[in-house]
Amino acid sequence: MSNATLTARVADAEIGRRPEEIVNDFSIQVATVNGSGSQSANSVLMRSIFLMGVPVSGKNIFPSNIAGLPTWFTIRANKDGYTARRKEVDICIAMNPETAREDVLKARPGAAIIYEESFNLSSLRSDVFFYPVPFAKLAAQATTEPKLRKLLVNMIYVGVASHLLGVGRDEVVAAIQKQFKSKAKAVDLNIKAVDLGIDYARAQLLKKDPFQIQRMNKTADKIIIDGNSAAALGAMFGGCTVVTWYPITPSSSLCETMIEYFSQYRIDPKTGKATFAIVQAEDELAALGMVIGAGWAGARAMTATSGPGLSLMAEFAGLAYFTEIPAVVWDIQRVGPSTGLPTRTSQGDVTAAFYLSHGDTKHIILLPGSVKECFEFAGAALDLAERFQTIVFVLSDLDLGMNNWMSDRFDYPRKPLDRGKVLSKEDLERLGKFERYLDVDGDGIPFRTLPGTPHPLAAYFTRGSGHNERAGYSERPEDYQNLVDRLARKHETAKQFIPKPVIDIQPQASVGIIAYGTTDWAILESRDQLRNEKKIETSYLRLRSLPFTGDVAEFVTRHERVYVVEQNRDGQLADLIRLEVGPHSPRIRKVLHYSGLPIDARTVTEMIAAAETAARKEQ
Amino acid sequence: MSSAPSSGGVLKANRLGLPMAEYKGLDSTLCAGCGHDGITSQIVKAFFEYGVEPYRVAKFSGIGCSSKTPAYFIGNSHGFNAVHGRMPAVATGAMLANRTLLSIGVSGDGDTASIGIGQFVHLLRRNIPLIYIIENNGVYGLTKGQFSATADVGSKLKNGIVNELPPIDCCVLGIELGCSYVARSFAGDPKQLVPLIKGAIAHKGTALLDVISPCVTFNNHEGSTKSFKYAKEHEELLHEIGFVPFFEQIQTDYPEGTVKEVELHDGSHLRMRKLDRDYDPTNKPQALQLIRKSHEDGELLTGLLFYDGEKKDFIEEINMIEEPLATLPDERVRPSEQALNEIMEEFR
Ligand SMILES: Cc1ncc(C[n+]2csc(CCOP(=O)(O)OP(=O)(O)O)c2C)c(N)n1
Ligand code: SF4
Ligand SMILES: [Mg+2]
Repeated sequence: MSNATLTARVADAEIGRRPEEIVNDFSIQVATVNGSGSQSANSVLMRSIFLMGVPVSGKNIFPSNIAGLPTWFTIRANKDGYTARRKEVDICIAMNPETAREDVLKARPGAAIIYEESFNLSSLRSDVFFYPVPFAKLAAQATTEPKLRKLLVNMIYVGVASHLLGVGRDEVVAAIQKQFKSKAKAVDLNIKAVDLGIDYARAQLLKKDPFQIQRMNKTADKIIIDGNSAAALGAMFGGCTVVTWYPITPSSSLCETMIEYFSQYRIDPKTGKATFAIVQAEDELAALGMVIGAGWAGARAMTATSGPGLSLMAEFAGLAYFTEIPAVVWDIQRVGPSTGLPTRTSQGDVTAAFYLSHGDTKHIILLPGSVKECFEFAGAALDLAERFQTIVFVLSDLDLGMNNWMSDRFDYPRKPLDRGKVLSKEDLERLGKFERYLDVDGDGIPFRTLPGTPHPLAAYFTRGSGHNERAGYSERPEDYQNLVDRLARKHETAKQFIPKPVIDIQPQASVGIIAYGTTDWAILESRDQLRNEKKIETSYLRLRSLPFTGDVAEFVTRHERVYVVEQNRDGQLADLIRLEVGPHSPRIRKVLHYSGLPIDARTVTEMIAAAETAARKEQ
Repeated sequence: MSSAPSSGGVLKANRLGLPMAEYKGLDSTLCAGCGHDGITSQIVKAFFEYGVEPYRVAKFSGIGCSSKTPAYFIGNSHGFNAVHGRMPAVATGAMLANRTLLSIGVSGDGDTASIGIGQFVHLLRRNIPLIYIIENNGVYGLTKGQFSATADVGSKLKNGIVNELPPIDCCVLGIELGCSYVARSFAGDPKQLVPLIKGAIAHKGTALLDVISPCVTFNNHEGSTKSFKYAKEHEELLHEIGFVPFFEQIQTDYPEGTVKEVELHDGSHLRMRKLDRDYDPTNKPQALQLIRKSHEDGELLTGLLFYDGEKKDFIEEINMIEEPLATLPDERVRPSEQALNEIMEEFR
């Protein structure tokens, strides 16, 4: 008697004692080996749930390796729209013999385990529901080609899971069509594999676990996209003209996506030529150097990197700051340094980016929290860089950049591009003079000219720290101090232009939370948990940029305790806030998550609840 | 064309009607007699005589005594004194932003061959439109005379330290890596340097000029192979070189086989009069072999070492539009709303 029929028998006997249904609220973890082609199957499974109208997110936990190491894809379906990582695994699809035992043991009690029959896992636990499937055998029936077989196995588990969960076949088929677009042969083959899974599940497996997908209408106008693609699109619609990059996970896909879209949408219709330049540089020093050269000559230029690249860019970052040249750097943060966890997420570059370089530097930092903000901030960063003639960093992270997020559609940008204070030949004619580093408007932002401007007044010489207001070489103490003071004023002016924090004040709350970036998604859920389960009301400030505007200090003074939640070891933002709020700094508490996995709500809730219990006891 | 340079008399104004003064910059602050100042003068002369609009020029440099010099020529053009060894990237970016600029970069042997070797070789590979002048003195002038990576084996510092490491020959790198205009010259040889700079102006891709430029303060002593005396004694001319700008009539009244000419991208010509040997600068293996031999013989071989008029520059390679990217209007760099809708549909 096969395992499957045994399960079915047991299930038969237990009908009527089925646990209560759990609808549209669970997480699926698919454990595979990287390089096995499971990516598209996982996307199809996720998208088919999305097409059922149920909010989803998809996260890939992958190794720094091309093939052969374990990788996990987690899909979270949640009717309330919570899309942060969920720690508990409700449905485990165990396809990797190396990790199968551990995967099963880690699933929560009551979980559903779909697995390759030959792994013999059913004796491991008695508090989960096992669904053994002879994937290899089924695939062998479908094709004789060994390579294809491997790929089909993936689609077969999609079929099995979709049947057990009640995901409609139509939705799965639609998701396959989306995934394989015009490749008719691939579409057919994959549908065939899904059907094998569905047929097998229908005939051999009896549903016992409580997890169900039921149609909703919460995704009708939504898209699913990763943050890097969103940023690439944002930059394209933000009028970016020069892009340089040096490949590094998790930022490479940002520039690769740019190549894809720019070659489609940014070709001059008249001449068939590119209205952009995308250059793979020899390293990150060169990548930023090119951006600075391009910015100096008037292009809207950007590069994307991750921590190691950011470190290499340090010297140039200071040059851009002191010479006042627009530049945009996306840092898709990851765990650093070097080998080990480069494919895991982190928010560990906040301090490094804020002060990057040597000497008196501080920068404008944008902190997108969603894919929609990746799109919007990509354009905003280019505007700010040109407006303030400085280097602007956008700190995303691996979780945001590479994972799949549900979002509202992006809005078409209607504001004209902000090209900043650039004097043309006509302006120079009219003004009769030009001093490159003179603060004419009192906002700390001087005027500039672009090389190639056909006017004898236009030229000036760009050099690092030693220059006076006329851009003349100077080592005079007054000139230097004058320069750095003006740069500080410019930084101050920027506070009126950078994205404001999103603030939700609960009048009766004595507890505040501050977070940024992807941590937002855990906070969204955690605040509900704190309210509903722990009876703790919280206010929330989501920071979207640096330098701090007055809002942060005000928020802190309004609350007795403020938990700064972030994904790094030392609480980098919390420390910056402490400096900002001075005497109120004892109110700041750190809630930190830094395992390399995306932060989850439960962790935040338990940490804040425990801290609150302690704090309230003290009072 | 107001006036063309005549071979004899001194030119008062160039074809744009501009005097030589327009091509000068601030007064130099380098040591009196520094080779770099000699090169600056030849740059001024070449740009003046060629008649380049100053506003079209963009000047770049890294860090070093040599890298200070862009402030000393063509004052009415934009200049950028970047960071040590990273000028190639900055110049590359600027050319991407505005391909209509005429770019000239000045670097030192330390700036290029030591800290900057990485960016330098990639600049050569890309064939970025840029005149790249290495003011090569074999030492770091600005940090007071340490060896650079172009110092010859056996050459001696003032303090007696002898270099034992093999030098990097930047021209060999250039030829190997696809640079389309490679020349070597000597700051003490204006007759050769000026036409080579003019040729570089007329050329479209990277034009590399490795110019021996003695550091009179730290590397001009007995035992140095980059001193004025040593260079003068060991210079070996490949040919006698002349430049015929596109706006001048070419004369062809020379005997068969005595002159080689290459036509440059703007229609100007470099005319090389034969000296001791037949030399064809478009022959890569010959160029490399001769340079290698010059090392063995301890000669400073100067002239146009290599030229490739066919090679596409990087801007052409990536199919960029003719206008500067920097100043394209919004509607040409922001796709339509319909495009966004179309893309959003893909992510549904
Ligand atoms: C990152 C960095 N390291 C070191 C220096 C110090 N430094 C300034 S100039 C220079 C060497 C310049 O030598 P070279 O390029 O040959 O120019 P020269 O002065 O000989 O003309 C060095 C090492 C620096 N400016 N930046
Ligand atoms: S130290 Fe040498 S290289 Fe520098 S200015 Fe003086 S002579 Fe020239
Ligand atoms: Mg030197």
